[in-house]
Amino acid sequence: MSKAWTFGENMNTDEIIPGRHNITTDPVELAKKVFCEVKPEFAESVRAGDVVVGGRNFGCGSSREHAPIAIKGSQVQCVIAASFARIFFRNAINIGLPILECPEAAADIREGDDVEVDLSSGAIFNRSTGNRFQAQALPDFVLKIAEVGGIVQFLKTHDIEELTA
Amino acid sequence: MGTLVEEIFSRRAGRQVRAGEILLLDVDYIMSHDNTTPLAIKAFRAIGKPIRDKSKIVLHLDHAYPAPNILAAENHKKIIEFVKEQELPYLFQQGVCHQVMIEEGFITPGAIVIGADSHSNTYGALGAFGAGLGSTEVGVAWVTGKCWFKVPETIRIELRGQTQPGVYAKDVMIHIAGLLGMDGATYRSVEFGGEYIDNLPMHERIIFPNMSTEIGAKCGLIAADAETLRYLAEETPAQGTFETLTPINPRYERVVEIDVSNLSPQVACHPDVDNVKNLEEVAGLEVHEVYIGTCTNARYEDLEVVANMLKGKKVNPLTRVIVTPASARILKKAMQTGIIEILMDAGCTVTGTGCGACIGRHGGILAPGERALTTMNRNFVGRMGSPLSEIYLASPATAAATALTGRISDPREVAELAGG
Ligand code: SF4
Repeated sequence: MSKAWTFGENMNTDEIIPGRHNITTDPVELAKKVFCEVKPEFAESVRAGDVVVGGRNFGCGSSREHAPIAIKGSQVQCVIAASFARIFFRNAINIGLPILECPEAAADIREGDDVEVDLSSGAIFNRSTGNRFQAQALPDFVLKIAEVGGIVQFLKTHDIEELTA
Repeated sequence: MGTLVEEIFSRRAGRQVRAGEILLLDVDYIMSHDNTTPLAIKAFRAIGKPIRDKSKIVLHLDHAYPAPNILAAENHKKIIEFVKEQELPYLFQQGVCHQVMIEEGFITPGAIVIGADSHSNTYGALGAFGAGLGSTEVGVAWVTGKCWFKVPETIRIELRGQTQPGVYAKDVMIHIAGLLGMDGATYRSVEFGGEYIDNLPMHERIIFPNMSTEIGAKCGLIAADAETLRYLAEETPAQGTFETLTPINPRYERVVEIDVSNLSPQVACHPDVDNVKNLEEVAGLEVHEVYIGTCTNARYEDLEVVANMLKGKKVNPLTRVIVTPASARILKKAMQTGIIEILMDAGCTVTGTGCGACIGRHGGILAPGERALTTMNRNFVGRMGSPLSEIYLASPATAAATALTGRISDPREVAELAGG
């Protein structure tokens, strides 16, 4: 099962990973401290494939990529939120952390719910409540980046112009 | 035709663009600092292609500078080695990145500048598009010279009237943050205008785009005008004639009208920037540190306001009062004009330049249970140190009044206010 870990509104980058732990960019190291103040049990108990669920304005605050890297390092399959702060949104796309914007799903899902996600279509199924949701589809060029796992990967084999082609 | 951001993007794209379009545009400068450059270098190496145009890259050491620990020192070393290896022309160690970008003339009307720092919005004060991005995108832009943008919808903030003595642009912006909320402008361009903005000098204008970040904005813009051109000519080495773009028949998503005439000094209270109160409601609250610094409010004129209020007086002996000028140029001028001496005689601790205590690395870290009143732009829990500390945001004048008493105090009750 994919367990949901829920977080509140305006979850800022300092709450995702406090600035004092940003002394490394190693996903595995950062993942040890992810959410350490707001949900201390998360880093120890999260399992690969789980889902992080946030409220409005998830990832607000600093432009640091440590926040999405730390979440990606915890091996969750995606973040679902009512909305994302814009730099976090860009950063997540650029580093290849799947994100789905869906206020209805974010409101429905409770801590510990079993959630099934189809990343390619944006379909979200909360097995615990039986409710199904459709996340906002991501624009084409975002999918191009996500498909190859991030913009760095994309540029290794493509020209930047191909993004908007 | 369009909002200011549509005008700026249209000029660069060479055709009329509209909100909602996704564009790939050439950028003029790519800014990053000691906190974000190491990851950009990592992305750059992973891409494995050469830098497109070295003269677009501007690097700063400011966030933990001079290095307070070995890890910060390693970051600085890594960056300097990279500058040598790539023969990059611009590395600054002269203060907070955004202030130095403006002072050094990199920011001009109509320019498109991206930065690996969330307060890169600051550049909008000069009619430039400035936006914060992550380090990876900076590495990408080094290689491509370009960046993708979704043209944002615009919220227009129309400011009328004049503030009372003791009330400053910072108070007005904190008030706006309270009205719109922390995500009130997410993904949006926020255009600030109206007679109040028209009459403001550049050092006060800068606060609005700077703190547009706090309400989630992609960019904060003020159309360039005569004051912008005066500032560029008198206070920066920027040369040339600049086209001052303005909105033309704009379609705004929302217009917010505010009359600033009767506004009290404002305080953004722990724990959120939109937890805004009139100063009267929080006056008397004990503070343990007053911190005057950052890209928001540590310019020369801010220090001047503080010095005029502290001249011949002593700050509360049990309160730490720390002043971190935003740049070396500001510090030098404040030394030459005697402002630093006034601050030191009053009992302030004046530090070197840079981000200082703003991100809780050094220069004024808070202990559990402590409360700071500061001229910063954000008050995230734990930003200045212990997660059990509290941060209150206000103007330099409110900070000076508070420094005298050790309790949140009203600048209007302290004589010799400067400016207005
Ligand atoms: S002074 Fe503070 S807000 Fe400004 S760039 Fe530095 S850390 Fe960021």
